[in-house]
Amino acid sequence: MSPIFILEQALNGLQFGLMLFLLAAGLTLIFGVMDMINLAHGSLYMVGAFLSAWVAGATGSFLYGLLGGVALTALFGAVLEVSLLRSLYTRDHLSQVLATFALILILNDGVKMIFGTDLPLAAPAALDGPVELLPGLLYPAYRLVILAVGFGLALLLYLLVQRTRLGALVRAGASNREMSGAMGVNVARLFTGVFAIGAALCAVAGGLLGPLLAVQIGMGENILILAFVIIVIGGIGSIRGALVGAILVGAVDTLGRTLLPHLLREFLPPQWASAAGPALASIAVYVFMAVVLVLKPQGLFPVRS
Amino acid sequence: MAAPHRPAAVEGGAAALAAVAALALPWLLQALQMDFYLSVASRVLVYAIAATSLNLVLGYGGMVSLGHAAFVGLGSYVTGILLAEGVTSGGVHLIATMAIAALAALAIGAISLRTRGVHFIMITLAFAQMLFYLANSVKGYGGDEGLTVRARSLFPFGLDLRNGLTFYYVALLVLAATLFALARFVPSRLGRAALALRDDEVRAEALGFATFRYKLTLFVAAAVLAGIAGALSVNLQGYVSPNALHWTQSGTLLVMVLLGGVGSVWGGLIGALALLLLQEVLSAYTEHWEFWTGWVLLAVVLFARRGLAGMLVDLRARVLAR
Repeated sequence: MSPIFILEQALNGLQFGLMLFLLAAGLTLIFGVMDMINLAHGSLYMVGAFLSAWVAGATGSFLYGLLGGVALTALFGAVLEVSLLRSLYTRDHLSQVLATFALILILNDGVKMIFGTDLPLAAPAALDGPVELLPGLLYPAYRLVILAVGFGLALLLYLLVQRTRLGALVRAGASNREMSGAMGVNVARLFTGVFAIGAALCAVAGGLLGPLLAVQIGMGENILILAFVIIVIGGIGSIRGALVGAILVGAVDTLGRTLLPHLLREFLPPQWASAAGPALASIAVYVFMAVVLVLKPQGLFPVRS
Repeated sequence: MAAPHRPAAVEGGAAALAAVAALALPWLLQALQMDFYLSVASRVLVYAIAATSLNLVLGYGGMVSLGHAAFVGLGSYVTGILLAEGVTSGGVHLIATMAIAALAALAIGAISLRTRGVHFIMITLAFAQMLFYLANSVKGYGGDEGLTVRARSLFPFGLDLRNGLTFYYVALLVLAATLFALARFVPSRLGRAALALRDDEVRAEALGFATFRYKLTLFVAAAVLAGIAGALSVNLQGYVSPNALHWTQSGTLLVMVLLGGVGSVWGGLIGALALLLLQEVLSAYTEHWEFWTGWVLLAVVLFARRGLAGMLVDLRARVLAR
């Protein structure tokens, strides 16, 4: 294993972590402030990817596709929040799980009716080639763009939540919803906005990852669970926790998948090593979460005291 | 969430009626030349057992587990692997399935039960995902493509689960025994303790109940029952894949319990029957049955808050009040 290879995989891990953060950010705010379990958050990622691919196909431009997909998904999220999810905030977790599970079925099949089981989405041709970051380290230009966008959005979101009046209102809601309501914050309207932003971030992740993974039905189901793992590790309701958790999970997942089989090959027969590596890597994330939950039940960055 | 109180005679009458209907079903299907539906009925029975086991955790223990399908899948894999290795004794399958499901639940429960509420939901989900990925990685037994078995469990007196009719009656027997045990469990000492700590854990603890031990007992018992449902499932389908352990499968079981009625003895059966029949009917008319199932479930959450069992109780109360 060369250092170049490890560095390349570390960049991949960071890139995946940043995309996971985009999903986890909206999820943690809705979960933290409204105490709402939204299993359909992964479906917003899928809807965002399909809408991006659809607009990109219609306009012939990846950039227009991404922007159009994000705008449409934000609108869709806002409509969804006002028409349905809002009435679930006061219900118990069980009802929320059932309702949002039903929403997964509806959105999966609904998207299939409109767009089919998958849509093609290719990265822009200008970003096809690799870039030489260091002597010997060729890295795909498109992945660098994802890294840059991920960093930019993470920074923007952090500043929005930590440094603006709007962010202060959201944080106040996360630490005590009733009290901030009593202080005159219109929590309901605030959260239609938060939900729309969360949906838009999902669409960014879906549109950007679309060319790397695949734009297909059910794409949100496994990534949703990773997003839940992240917000539980980071502390429910904490943006900082979501960022740290996302980068940890992205790194553990990617490095485990690529480096672990190499390491195992030193000790095990090759066919065992290539089989056990991905399994151990997938499990590592959950073991990590179980350990965090047992040691720090409120997560690494608890919001409520 | 309190279990509705019903006159024992009505309860017994309904149970007897359901039992007669279930016993006569294969004969009826044959008379109507609809034999194909026997396997659908068997599938309903297997899901009813699995959903009832989840109801034990959820409705009686107050523990919202989003990883219950892992135990069903584990049972399928244990029995499936034994069958693939040439072990056909049903007794060995049953003992191995129950033992491994119990051990897994003991380990998972002992860790998970240290957490509460949302965190319990997430940690049970995490453990189920671990087992899901483990199942994906066992290349020797099908890996992500799943394990197909030709043989079936053989029980004494020539009971062969390959025979559709035999399978139906064995599954019916297991379900009947489960429901009977559950009905007896509710007024028992353990049952009352479970309900007390479901309704107010702090009060139950203050009264001197060993809450952790009670909850762990329920968790393990439910996992063993789920494992048996899994062992039946692999016999019915001749196939098990990692998807049997996926979280969406746990979600489906949860939906069945919520649909049928949380904390009601009949909840698991009613929910499994309702959801699977709904799928069966919808898929006859449209390939987009998931879409319409979703809308029905959404309507249940918004308009029938205590599930179908709750609706039946309300209906009966209204009729009696006249």
